[in-house]
Amino acid sequence: MYKYDQYDQAIVDARVGEFRDQVKRRLAGEITEDQFKPLRLMNGLYLQLHAYMLRVAIPYGTLDSRQMRMLGHIARTYDRGYGHFTTRQNIQYNWIKLDETPDILAELATVEMHAIQTSGNCIRNISSDQFAGAAADEVADPRPWAELIRQWSTFHPEFSYLPRKFKFAVIASDEDRAAMRLHDIGIQLVNRDGILGAKVFVGGGMGRTPMIGPEIKDFVTADDLMSYLEACLRVYNRYGRRDNMYKARIKILIHELGADEYRRQVEEEFAQVKLLGIDPPAAELARITAMFADPGFDPAASDDIDRSDPEFAIWVDQNVKAHKQTGYAIVNISLKPVGGIPGDASADQIDVMADLAQRHSLDELRVTHAQNIVLPHVRKADLYTVWSALTDAGLASANLDLISDIIACPGLDYCSLANARSIPVAQKIATRFASPERQRDLGELKLKISGCINACGHHHAGHIGILGVDKKGVENYQLLLGGSGAEDVSLGKITGPGFSEDGIVDAIERVTDKYVAVREEGERFLDTYRRVGMESFKEAIYG
Amino acid sequence: MKLLTGNDLPTGDVIWWTGSRWSRHVADAVDVRDTGETTAATEEAARRVNGPYVIDATEGPDGPRPAHIKDRVRALGPTVRPDLTLKPDDATAIAQVI
Repeated sequence: MYKYDQYDQAIVDARVGEFRDQVKRRLAGEITEDQFKPLRLMNGLYLQLHAYMLRVAIPYGTLDSRQMRMLGHIARTYDRGYGHFTTRQNIQYNWIKLDETPDILAELATVEMHAIQTSGNCIRNISSDQFAGAAADEVADPRPWAELIRQWSTFHPEFSYLPRKFKFAVIASDEDRAAMRLHDIGIQLVNRDGILGAKVFVGGGMGRTPMIGPEIKDFVTADDLMSYLEACLRVYNRYGRRDNMYKARIKILIHELGADEYRRQVEEEFAQVKLLGIDPPAAELARITAMFADPGFDPAASDDIDRSDPEFAIWVDQNVKAHKQTGYAIVNISLKPVGGIPGDASADQIDVMADLAQRHSLDELRVTHAQNIVLPHVRKADLYTVWSALTDAGLASANLDLISDIIACPGLDYCSLANARSIPVAQKIATRFASPERQRDLGELKLKISGCINACGHHHAGHIGILGVDKKGVENYQLLLGGSGAEDVSLGKITGPGFSEDGIVDAIERVTDKYVAVREEGERFLDTYRRVGMESFKEAIYG
Repeated sequence: MKLLTGNDLPTGDVIWWTGSRWSRHVADAVDVRDTGETTAATEEAARRVNGPYVIDATEGPDGPRPAHIKDRVRALGPTVRPDLTLKPDDATAIAQVI
């Protein structure tokens, strides 16, 4: 894992001191809310429906047990005993007090954490594959590159006031576990003839105008990557629509220019940028990369798993994934118990996960964009011990990628932007499909719910998506089918008229019943939908 | 009727104008009629409220009821965490919001 050097620590400490002074001046009336709001947002502090909300950055979703314990400590000490893991691999606290925020940031800084780049029109916290460094299918660990982009983007004067917020994802395998092409810039590291480089996709995103990022560069060598990214940003910074926030994202620019013209302009800019020498010196890249070297795997670790406990065996089959190292496995901890709040974890549960990471996962955890937690390096021989501890903590739901593993934004229960509640809908659907046998029979089915058009719940990318809207003051839910954030990326399509809160649950059951009736051997829901088409499902939904 | 609401500056708590002070409880709120904007400006300048705004409401048997569900959720707390609402012991409170 990356460890701060003296510069990183100095920057973060100085930011805490600066914000402490800004809060003091705000409370003393020396600055107005209009003056203060952009300053607090630059430190991740929003004013939400019930209170201030603090969004803490978890760079590329990676953290160690010490950092995870700090997240639990903050939940317990400054919030109401829980935190909410988000679709951006971050954590949010819903009940923060303004006058305590500088102390929270100071505590975070002691474990190399902060809330910078979690708001505002800057390059946001970089996201990545939650299996990075553990997956067997990656060509390289994407995290050194994500870290490099973090360092390049933090307080970069050109990119602190972009036309709109800007999101990066970096992956390094053909299987896309990070919704890479639904980011402003998606990077896939690839190996071509023994040379490491990247495919660069620009202009993806969800929100009110969802788009799949087109491929802008089929191969840029790793040596040129940062210059190329700088060129991508410069063209956007120059021509992005600052006059209209709804058209200010890079996806709109590329849509209007056309991918070919954008590519041409980037190449032109790249030729100039490359002369500036901004790509990192080999020694610096080597320094960062060395921090992501494999942890001390035991080469003699047993590859056997005792599956004699049937409940444990089910959990292994559903939530445990293959690791690149013989004798190890990747454990996915579902934060989606039936009837629970997707992504929420209590301070005690956070502590349990930190302890398990320290004892059984070489001190590493990951946060996933699906609002779950990963223990990336668990010996197979320790799986039963880990599962037992998770069971005791209410964290052993064996539902990864099943219908109850729902992504849901905070919705109208917490968010000031929302038009409808998301969480109660998720709870009702999970309860309707509570039977583990039924869920497993339905197989992989990614259901995603957003409480407004901003799409924090990734509804466009759900095999089944739900969008909450305000219909004359009443919550109403639109249903979408056929989306995917994976390597088979696609955008869901709206089925037709929306539904009430209870009606949407019934509609989803009609969709799954239809799937069960017409699926062919081995077909996931998404496969069946793509084969039979929308009309067949509409008929089942609306009669 | 019209209600004046906002958030407490240091804590962020949802607060309601009672005619002379701010309360955490919407039941204490009064009809501000056409004085809401003026009161909001005065109170915001005094740093006793953050982001004040006027909303529509109706008078009900239990006091003022905000017209929009968003403000009813603000007035109570998250419907998915009854324990964190202002009425944790009232089993009917959430149904009244919706």
